[in-house]
Amino acid sequence: MSENRKLIKIATAGSVDDGKSTLIGRLLYDTKSLTTDKIEAIERSSKQRGYDYLDFSLATDGLVAEREQGITIDVAHIYFNTEKTNFIVADTPGHVEYTRNMVTGASTSQVAIILIDARKGVIEQTYRHFFIANLLRISHVVVAVNKMDLVNYDEEVFLKIKADFDVLVSKSDFTEDQINFIPVSALKGENIARQSEEMPWYVGNTLLDHLEVLEAKDLEESTVARFPVQYVIRPKTEAWHDFRGFSGMLYGGNLKVGDEVTLLPSLNTSKIKSIHYFDQEIQEAAPGSSIAITLETEVDLSRGDMLVKSSAVPRSEKQITATICQVNNKALTVGKKYILQHGVNRVMAKVDQIESRIHTDFTGGEDAHSLKLNDIGRVHFRLNKPIHFDTYKSNKSNGSFILIDEAEYDTVSVGFIE
Amino acid sequence: MNNLLIPNPKEAESIHIIREVAAQFERPVLLFSGGKDSITLVRLAQKAFYPAKIPFPLLHVDTGHNFPETIEFRDKLVEELGLELIVRNVQDAIDQGKVREERGRYSSRNSLQTTTLLDAIEEFKFDACIGGARRDEEKARAKERVFSVRDDFGQWDEKNQRPELFDMLNGKIHNGQNVRCFPISNWTELDVWEYIKTENIEIPSIYFAHEREVFMRDGLIWTANEHVFREEHEEVMVKMVRFRTVGDMTCTAAVFSEAVSLDDVVGEIRDSSISERGARIDDKRSEAAMETRKKVGYF
Repeated sequence: MSENRKLIKIATAGSVDDGKSTLIGRLLYDTKSLTTDKIEAIERSSKQRGYDYLDFSLATDGLVAEREQGITIDVAHIYFNTEKTNFIVADTPGHVEYTRNMVTGASTSQVAIILIDARKGVIEQTYRHFFIANLLRISHVVVAVNKMDLVNYDEEVFLKIKADFDVLVSKSDFTEDQINFIPVSALKGENIARQSEEMPWYVGNTLLDHLEVLEAKDLEESTVARFPVQYVIRPKTEAWHDFRGFSGMLYGGNLKVGDEVTLLPSLNTSKIKSIHYFDQEIQEAAPGSSIAITLETEVDLSRGDMLVKSSAVPRSEKQITATICQVNNKALTVGKKYILQHGVNRVMAKVDQIESRIHTDFTGGEDAHSLKLNDIGRVHFRLNKPIHFDTYKSNKSNGSFILIDEAEYDTVSVGFIE
Repeated sequence: MNNLLIPNPKEAESIHIIREVAAQFERPVLLFSGGKDSITLVRLAQKAFYPAKIPFPLLHVDTGHNFPETIEFRDKLVEELGLELIVRNVQDAIDQGKVREERGRYSSRNSLQTTTLLDAIEEFKFDACIGGARRDEEKARAKERVFSVRDDFGQWDEKNQRPELFDMLNGKIHNGQNVRCFPISNWTELDVWEYIKTENIEIPSIYFAHEREVFMRDGLIWTANEHVFREEHEEVMVKMVRFRTVGDMTCTAAVFSEAVSLDDVVGEIRDSSISERGARIDDKRSEAAMETRKKVGYF
């Protein structure tokens, strides 16, 4: 499909009025991703509202309630592409519920664009957006200093903001090469797709060029292979009488035919006999592949179990500690039971202890008895069965989980295992 | 034997989602319209379960106003792949007095499909309906989840959606609820066409340029046909056209086109400056048309 175009997934974060929707609208417009009928709709709406410019934010603010209130209330997904790259943008809202929404948007993204209003500089919200990017271990952060047109494209303003932000970077786990600063005006299109003539002092890439030069090594983590079994394929036809394929998505590293594997929870070992991708048999699969695997020996393996290389087995434990972000109105309290979904595996979990509520501005934490919507905290759990995990710091996909409310079945929390 | 598989990330994600549907639900169904998106879904489902058969049936809600080419194509596909097909007709709901046929200039059976769909869900106790909706189609769809929980009335509550973190899908529901599942949420129209080309997937002939009797209204090209209301002054002419989406005749406008092959179509989409839903008459009714229809259970 993509004809070898690479895929880059981006989350945007900014406070109310930082111009985030305008930035995205501008990216769409400049990459010619807005079609004639959409541009006409934007022109119509802008005019109805009495604006003398094109309000690109109208390209992304989808729901009626949002248009009425003029704010974005939920994560929206936006798609555009250039010759070389497919982009998916998770546009996350900047108002009160930003924590839940940004965590959600960032969980599926490799790059975070943090917007700063050049007139306001680094504010409390910026701390929080960066804190979440750090917590989620986003691979690359772009700090877009927006509305440069309103500060006369002054380099001093930009440098001051960069210096303030660098203080934050020093408190985080990010290295300097993971972060880039770009002065832009989304409204005027300066340094978005076009190099700004107003800011000759800026010699770096435009935002779009910068995103395009990011490489897989900047975006993907490479760890060890983890294969959670999703669905067991048993055709029971004459041609495929004994076929028993363990299907799922491969994470973290390659698997190939002949690999010695360990099966969890049984700890049985076997060897990979074949790897199937539709009607092809392949020798080796790279991370991100949806495949089916058969094994040399008859084994007990079903949905929720995990297949790993025997040389790198994950931890299996019934007591875990995790950083939790509460994404639902119902509070997390000590003693409460949840369904814990780790990848495709589900177990029961009980909250043993809430150790602290963590300040989202890099200033530590405080004692807490419950975690409310948008709270982040450190929590100890007891599980009815062990899960087979890595720490989130070493492996994102095998170090995260969600909590599902036992009665309502809502997704109430996301956890990052320590 | 191929050496190393480097996945197409969007395809791999879709297969992952389809397998989750089969694993998490008792009675899933794939909503099949005969359009390119649902045809793509069928190919992805084949890939998800090969060498086993697709472990759920297809459901076609037939408005009775479909292009005959689409219906022929549907029946051929089902036979070739040995799939189970369920067809439910909007005409039955009209005959039973459950819905009233629209009349006049913009009359369409498109919104009447909802009742037939909800009846079929109840009849077969489907708990998951797999659909080919994409987030790039329309603004209200941009916020749709991959697993979208609907209540007993099929209604969508956009303020109360489950957040979806990483690729973990939560399909736990209560009796009476069901989930609309969208495996190609993250695909664009161009992705779909490029995939159809790469995979060499067969699609109905009306997607390619052909001569057709049409008339113009509101800047759109309408099919001239007994199902489509036409004023006397709206003159019928024969033009070279094709369709970019294949819904019901009453809600799908054609585009002028010379594209007779997949290569031509992909090229046309790449250069195109009109969005796909720009040719959907149903969305033009108002700015919030799609959102309003979704709230009452429309697909």
